[in-house]
Amino acid sequence: MEWVLFLILALLAGAAAVGMVLQRSPIYSALCLILALFAQGGLYILLHAELIAAVHILVYAGAIMVLFLFVIMLLDLRPDDQPPVQFNRVEVLLGLVLAGVLLAELALGVGPRIILGPQGSYDLETLRTVGNTQAVGRILFREYLIPFELTSVILLAAMVGAMVLAKRKLE
Amino acid sequence: MVPLWAYLFLSAFLFSVGVVGVATRRNALVIFMSIELMLNAVNLSFVAFARFLHSLDGQVFVFFVMTVAAAEVAVGLAIIIAIFRNAETVNVDEVHLLKG
Repeated sequence: MEWVLFLILALLAGAAAVGMVLQRSPIYSALCLILALFAQGGLYILLHAELIAAVHILVYAGAIMVLFLFVIMLLDLRPDDQPPVQFNRVEVLLGLVLAGVLLAELALGVGPRIILGPQGSYDLETLRTVGNTQAVGRILFREYLIPFELTSVILLAAMVGAMVLAKRKLE
Repeated sequence: MVPLWAYLFLSAFLFSVGVVGVATRRNALVIFMSIELMLNAVNLSFVAFARFLHSLDGQVFVFFVMTVAAAEVAVGLAIIIAIFRNAETVNVDEVHLLKG
């Protein structure tokens, strides 16, 4: 059952990602990426990371992709202005060689015989009694408190930077 | 149960698709979307490793990656708008102001 769900979601995510790269119109690319992100949210639930799945859908599909769609519509890009995506034979050959190398590395390094390091204390039973959200929140606000506070500085810098960059120059 | 390597192979595939997108597409917006796809592929391996190592540190890292991705998109799209205002294009081949 889990395999079936994994295969469906994985195929959906992979196909949508390939579609995103191959689509000529940026708006179709954005819609393909949203589909891939939803499939990935399903995979997070399959991995028992419910909080991450919810935040992933909210932040990516809800905020980031809406921002992308806003900008695409603001810039009013016509699909016929976009050059078609094309590959020549050398590029395809080089890409296949690189894909083969990556596949071999994966099979040798992290394939079915992967040896995992020491395991932590949050197995499924513990998470079921404590709750995924509570456990993640406790780690986030205890061990990772300073990095967590520092992310607010990143967000502030991004907010100020985006406003300064997108502002029209006053003559 | 789906083993760890299945998730890692999927993550590597999504990351590679993102790399191909950045390398082949000339539309700045699609390049940004490909970067998002690569960040997400890495997030998937983080969560998969967290699940199989019985640890939650990977899930906490995903939060930080998401924050950086959100900040990067906000600034990046602002830069694209500023470029479009000056050059009337989002094709990265036609934007060569720094070449002099």
